[in-house]
Amino acid sequence: MPKMVVEAQVVSNVEIGIQVKELVLYAPTIAASAMPGQFLHVRVASVTYHPLLRRPLSISNVDAEAGTVSTIYRIVGQGTVCLAKLNKNDIVDCMGPLGNGFTLQGQRPLLVGGGMGLAPLVFLAGALCPRPTEVVMGGRTEEEMFWAPIFHDMCSNLHITTDDGTLGSRGVTLDLLPELLQTGKFDMIYTCGPHVMMDGVAKLAKDYNIPCQVSLEEYMACGVGGCLSCTCAANDGSRKKVCTDGPVFWAEEVVSC
Amino acid sequence: MLAVTIAGIKMKTPVMTASGTFGFGTEYSDFVDLNKIGAIVVKGTTLKPRPGNSGRRIAETPAGMLNSIGLENPGVEEFLRTILPKLTQYDVPIIVNISGNTIEEYGELAALLTVPGIAGLELNISCPNVKEGGIAFGTQCHSAAAVVEMAKRNTNLPVIVKLSPNVTDIVSMALAVEAAGADAISLINTLLGMAIDIHKWKPVLGNVVGGLSGPAVKPIAVRMVWQVAQAVHVPIIGMGGIVTAEDAIEFMLAGASAVAVGTGNFINPKATQSVAEGIKEYIEKRGLSNVNQLVGKVNV
Repeated sequence: MPKMVVEAQVVSNVEIGIQVKELVLYAPTIAASAMPGQFLHVRVASVTYHPLLRRPLSISNVDAEAGTVSTIYRIVGQGTVCLAKLNKNDIVDCMGPLGNGFTLQGQRPLLVGGGMGLAPLVFLAGALCPRPTEVVMGGRTEEEMFWAPIFHDMCSNLHITTDDGTLGSRGVTLDLLPELLQTGKFDMIYTCGPHVMMDGVAKLAKDYNIPCQVSLEEYMACGVGGCLSCTCAANDGSRKKVCTDGPVFWAEEVVSC
Repeated sequence: MLAVTIAGIKMKTPVMTASGTFGFGTEYSDFVDLNKIGAIVVKGTTLKPRPGNSGRRIAETPAGMLNSIGLENPGVEEFLRTILPKLTQYDVPIIVNISGNTIEEYGELAALLTVPGIAGLELNISCPNVKEGGIAFGTQCHSAAAVVEMAKRNTNLPVIVKLSPNVTDIVSMALAVEAAGADAISLINTLLGMAIDIHKWKPVLGNVVGGLSGPAVKPIAVRMVWQVAQAVHVPIIGMGGIVTAEDAIEFMLAGASAVAVGTGNFINPKATQSVAEGIKEYIEKRGLSNVNQLVGKVNV
């Protein structure tokens, strides 16, 4: 599918968690072709050079009928501070849909997400419905688990971990996996989140012989494979571009375990 | 109206792409009509494949960015075998940016790339991000001249020399490469810079230092183009922070016969096109008949 750069109109930009917002953009051409795992590349300051570079934002939902695409982001730096200030009807310069998405081959999928890594998994869970999808989500504390109601209706089982035990079981997502994988009920694992988590998920997936895809995040400039800012070392000795070879990879391509 | 000829290379517009910011061109084909770009200067190519630098490669800075890619590229053989055939399907001059570890390597690269489908070579003697070669050749007049002579001996293609701004006297560098046979000069490459993470007390870039580009460097680039234009007779390709047509016009008034968009492609993937359209509007509004009438016309 062709990539585009469009003038997208802000439909809404509301807080859904502490320092976390969901931006909904009217961008029908992008909405029509976006796949789970793909991302938008957004110019957050359209009239100034500060910040200069676009921001890659994973697509967290699409409503093709309404022509909208959504992204969920945490306000952490200059770029997201600018994004947070956008109001309804503002126009945003938006490239998309970029990168390669997840395979939808999982018939009995397990989704494992940590922190903001859960954002692309929302779109994926929706696309996998009504297959018997289970989701393992982790965060530091209950306040970060605003994701639970978002996933609730899209999956058959939701497992929650928090570092401090304020919601779900105390610990990290990886603690739950061996028991879940032992059941043998999953035929595909998808994961997005901190590197250490994805490495662990990929290793367990390999141990249990279940295909696994990981979604990587890297600092990017062009988003289209032209600048090589975001390349990572692949297991075959080559360099892969996170923006165009990924951001979704088969675990064995990029995770060494 | 927009057509220019640089060192014998005929271009439909004076707006080229700057090496390293536009991949091999095809990466951008969904966004711009590659046939309408002045010339595509492809990613810096070396004799052997290079993996580039490890660790974080870019850092955003006020109105600019630092990069330390480290010349990641598939090597000249792979370029000729798989990439060039895709590029020759477009009606646009292809200029290959080359970088060697030794003077001899520039000669080898120049010879290997003297093939149909390639319109010219750009010698990268100014990459700040590699340990050997690169900028080492571009900061001393005699070594820069030696690289140019070696390349010229090995090709009949036009040879453009890309100068580094990280020198004390840009004019003497320009004069040295012109005397050595350069057919055109492009400037500026990036300025060596550094960013520090104040929370970790560590450099932001894996390579510690990197090249600064983007609108932040434009005034330096315009000044250097102007100074070099006073001194040399070969055409100048001006670059450094061009995002809009107004930026490009500044460079042309300073003395550039053509310009290149670099970091601007990251901000606006259609920048080469919008800059060219903006230049056309400008020359029409000024009642000029062609873009060459802008070159070097700043009244000092």
